[in-house]
Amino acid sequence: MRRSNIGWLFLAPATLILFVVGFIPFLYILYVGFFDWNSNAVDPTLRWAGLQNYRNLVFDATFLNSLARTLVFAFIVVVSELLLGYVLARALMADRLWGRQFFRTIHTLPIVVAPIAVGATWRLLCVPGFGIIPYYLKLWFGIDYNISTNAYHAFGTAIVMDLWHWTPFVTLSLMAGLTALPKEPLEQAQIDGGNKLQIFWYVIVPMLKPVLLTTVFIRLMDALRSVDEVWMLTKGGPAEATRFIGLHIWINVFPKTDYGYGAAMSLLTLYVTIVLSWLLFVAMTGRKGGAQ
Amino acid sequence: MRRSGLASFLLWIGLTLLTLLPVWWMLVVSMRPRVKLYSKSVLIDAVYWDNFLAVLNSATFLRYLWNSMLVATSNAALVCALGLLAAFGLSRYRISGGDNVFFWLITNRMAPPAVFLLPLFLLFTKWFVFGDAMLFDTKIGLILLYCVFNLPFAIWLLKGMLDGIPLELDEAARVDGATTAQVLSNVILPLARPGLAVTFILTWIFAWNEYLFAATLTSSANARTVTTALAEYVSVTGTNWGEMAAMAFLTTLPALIVLGFVQKHIVAGLTFGALKG
Repeated sequence: MRRSNIGWLFLAPATLILFVVGFIPFLYILYVGFFDWNSNAVDPTLRWAGLQNYRNLVFDATFLNSLARTLVFAFIVVVSELLLGYVLARALMADRLWGRQFFRTIHTLPIVVAPIAVGATWRLLCVPGFGIIPYYLKLWFGIDYNISTNAYHAFGTAIVMDLWHWTPFVTLSLMAGLTALPKEPLEQAQIDGGNKLQIFWYVIVPMLKPVLLTTVFIRLMDALRSVDEVWMLTKGGPAEATRFIGLHIWINVFPKTDYGYGAAMSLLTLYVTIVLSWLLFVAMTGRKGGAQ
Repeated sequence: MRRSGLASFLLWIGLTLLTLLPVWWMLVVSMRPRVKLYSKSVLIDAVYWDNFLAVLNSATFLRYLWNSMLVATSNAALVCALGLLAAFGLSRYRISGGDNVFFWLITNRMAPPAVFLLPLFLLFTKWFVFGDAMLFDTKIGLILLYCVFNLPFAIWLLKGMLDGIPLELDEAARVDGATTAQVLSNVILPLARPGLAVTFILTWIFAWNEYLFAATLTSSANARTVTTALAEYVSVTGTNWGEMAAMAFLTTLPALIVLGFVQKHIVAGLTFGALKG
């Protein structure tokens, strides 16, 4: 290791770019949030508004509903993907398996497909009158499934689509984590007569914690900001059933050109995201201290 | 052992079919003529390329395709170059405050894009304006912008790889009189080449897949990308499913091509090296 400021020279270009496209926008939106600014209004200049934008936001039912809907969605998908991913990871970990590499490769597919194409594909599958899902649900189970009129069906489909898109990622990362676990503590726990649940809770979970934490963290961040897929699937409808917060900001701010309010909306969303990830971090790392 | 192996094998097959079904359906629909579109069979019933030809004969789509290629390739190249430099600095020098800078660089990847749409739109149309030229609706704008999520990713991946190259090799080269630039180009670069290839492919795919920034910060064939083409197409023609499926398939194609190569690294990459795939 060389202790020298030449190191900064190497970091400078990357830091500069990220400063311009990553940090300046943040500062700028912080600033704009305090102003009344609508480029299509009679007076298209910035006028100081103090906290007015934020005050309005607290009473904006559409925004708050959208935020709540996003949290419910994120909670459901992250928990189900974690449970499903763990079960699958355990079930799929047979040592000698013909073609294992091939299967793993296939399961990487959803992760790298463009979210916009994922949405388009699921639209092809689900759209009433055309897709095979409504057709066979009706034919086999007599269920009238319609994502363009039934809010629950649309919300449920958004969840299933996310499960399809991201469960493989959770499965693969948990498999990686489980494979890397040392064998001795598990064997020791079995010798000591621990039952499966005890072994899972007191041995596997604590050892797997870094992996679990990272996976949940990444999935939560992605679930909170998902826009493209749902936009292609339902356009946020029917009514506002699948309008998640990112989508809400996107389809509201630009046509209305109410920039100050949009800035406040964006910042509050960012704030909620940061607080959530921090809470998650504390909850996951804090419990370890409690258990010991 | 043997029975659980069989059960696990069957589970793999079931899950694989489930994973492939949507993509397969997309291919099936894209190869159906208009009269057969409403067939509910999940099998390809004929080899029919007209949907693909129609999409590829559209000048606008080709333009978008070209834009996507250009933006993704330039961005991946830029990100790899800057990422390598930054990773070299972080891996080989003790920089005061380096850990904090590193942490800050990485957090950029976690930023929700919808939150930054508005300020970027305003900056691109009102502030980053040079005479008549502005960053809004330019490929350069997109190339710079995609650094927000790709550069942290590249730095992280490459730092991990450079940390794996023994410091003794640098020192040996320096003893032989190599300058820093020579160490970088003659020692680090050859050894980091596989890592750079992975980084290039993954960042290329992420740039290719991006939609929200492209949709908001471009407005014409000047810089629009394939993902926006697909989204536009859906809103313009609600029912031309065959061509829509063909377009979606073309958008997915690069991912399918690099799939086998990416598989080993994608989990490690996405979890910031917390896991080896």
